[in-house]
Amino acid sequence: MTAAAPIVSVEAVAQRFGPRTIFHDVSFTVNPGEVFVILGGSGCGKSTLMKLMIGLRPPSEGRILLHGIDLGDETRRAEALRRIGVMFQSGALFGSMTLLENVMLPLQMYTDLPEDGCEAVARVKLGVVGLGESTLLMPAEISGGMAKRAGIARAMALDPPLLFLDEPSAGLDPITSAGLDRLILDLRDELGATFVVVTHELASILAIADRCIMLDRVAQGVIATGNPRTLRDDSTQPTVRAFFRREAM
Amino acid sequence: MADPIAGIDVESTDAGTCLRLHGRLDAEGVGAIWSAGLEAAGNAEVGALIADLTAVDLCDMAGAAFLLALESAHGTTLELAGESPGTRALLDRARKTVRPPSQATEAAEKAGFDPLAFLRDGLRSAAEGVAFLGEAVVAFASLPRRRRMLRLADVLRYADQAGVRAVPLILLMGYLIGLILAFQSAIPMRQFGADIYVANLVAISLLRELGPLLAAVILSGRTGSAFAAEIGTMKVNEEVDALVTMGLDPMTMLVLPRLLAVMLVMPAMTIVLDLAGLAGMTTVMMAFGFPPEAIAIQVKTAATVQDLMGGLFKGVCFGMAVAAVGCRAGLSTGVGPRAVGQSATAAVVGGIVATILLDGTFAVLFYRLGL
Repeated sequence: MTAAAPIVSVEAVAQRFGPRTIFHDVSFTVNPGEVFVILGGSGCGKSTLMKLMIGLRPPSEGRILLHGIDLGDETRRAEALRRIGVMFQSGALFGSMTLLENVMLPLQMYTDLPEDGCEAVARVKLGVVGLGESTLLMPAEISGGMAKRAGIARAMALDPPLLFLDEPSAGLDPITSAGLDRLILDLRDELGATFVVVTHELASILAIADRCIMLDRVAQGVIATGNPRTLRDDSTQPTVRAFFRREAM
Repeated sequence: MADPIAGIDVESTDAGTCLRLHGRLDAEGVGAIWSAGLEAAGNAEVGALIADLTAVDLCDMAGAAFLLALESAHGTTLELAGESPGTRALLDRARKTVRPPSQATEAAEKAGFDPLAFLRDGLRSAAEGVAFLGEAVVAFASLPRRRRMLRLADVLRYADQAGVRAVPLILLMGYLIGLILAFQSAIPMRQFGADIYVANLVAISLLRELGPLLAAVILSGRTGSAFAAEIGTMKVNEEVDALVTMGLDPMTMLVLPRLLAVMLVMPAMTIVLDLAGLAGMTTVMMAFGFPPEAIAIQVKTAATVQDLMGGLFKGVCFGMAVAAVGCRAGLSTGVGPRAVGQSATAAVVGGIVATILLDGTFAVLFYRLGL
């Protein structure tokens, strides 16, 4: 039996802003159905790497493939991006629309579902993330945790096989944060979705990640790859040890 | 033609109605069969509704939503046949979590224009406006005790923003209004040989009425909206809350400097507009063959210092109203990105309405006082 082709391939990617190198020579793959976490301290380039992976900007060097499609290939880029969902750190909900309308938007734009069908599907997505009773609220009327969950519902609107989540647990209380972790695992198990999660929340990383890479600001690149529990227990790399043991350096 | 990505066959059996689904039940697939499926479920005879998923290749959350919609259209719990454990889990999760919209929210969504609510909101808004004016007066009266809170630099900055930077626009508007007013009135008056009196008409109109009124309209569009947007953004960013927690009165820190600045610049703006309007009128009159000396004599005869002073007084009052409405709209800003836009709109509309109302009041008052 052959292993499934990676759903994400990052190949020798570097990002520079002027003379400043954020990271270089970053390579990894993400397999279908796994929760892959990009972790690291503040300023190491986690969010920048995610922006490259979701096609918001091209890398300075290297290439990124989603579903086997090179994001640098302008003719097929839209096809690759159509099959991903992205949850931004703040939720990035459209403030002039209710939560229901936010989730309905991609369905209205990309499917032939009639209006009541879009609404029914959007209600299911919001129900799944625990916002079944808040569908008619405006983004300004909900808490940060609810906004993140609504952001996930919108990211899942078209049931993309690949979801990118930027800091899903940041700024949330432990109970809400644990609820989001549970949701990610449930969606992975029930839908077979693949998750790429950017976070530095240790509890979340250990709860959800099948594999991870750790970026480091000083090394300007990847300093560890593997299962986070293994890294926590066995890594001899000082920064990795300090990160997982919450030690000052 | 390519095969549809999903399909549905309806079959009546002794046990009830069986919907045989095939293909992919994802957002794309259910889009193709949504209406047909709901129609079939709605028309199905009384009895069980069975969804046969044996030939379904994939069922995601859109598929689960479709199955729930079938259930809802038929009015009974859907029986599944040939479903995968994943599909069953998804449907169970959807059943547990989806709430139909409550009657209250549906009613609220369907509610149209309510004149009573409109009137109530209008009265509440007027009452809040009066309260705001009261607070502004109190803040003004408390200024000697809170001199430090009123920053002169802010007053000058707002005066520059509201007045100096508006001069080119005021010159243009004033000149054009004077020009148009003179031209439109000169044509009929010429038929009576009274075209020299166009100078009298335009001078009185500008000095008593149009000068302060147009200056206030320009102020409302340029400055009232800017005040609302600035303060509204501060409100959204919790900067106003920060002032309060520091024990600083937003009325003194944010509203009074703007009110004072507008009070300072409004007379100057009115005079500039008056002069530009008179220049426009002079251009037309000269084009009709009147010498500048004759026009000046007519203006001097018609317009008095009282007219000018009355106009300037009105200008100051209009300016204060526009600034107060703008600041109040800013401080009343709600939450969310739409709120700042709404406040700016409210400032412009409210500023113009307040100006016209005040103008009407002054017209009656000046008449009664014989001014």
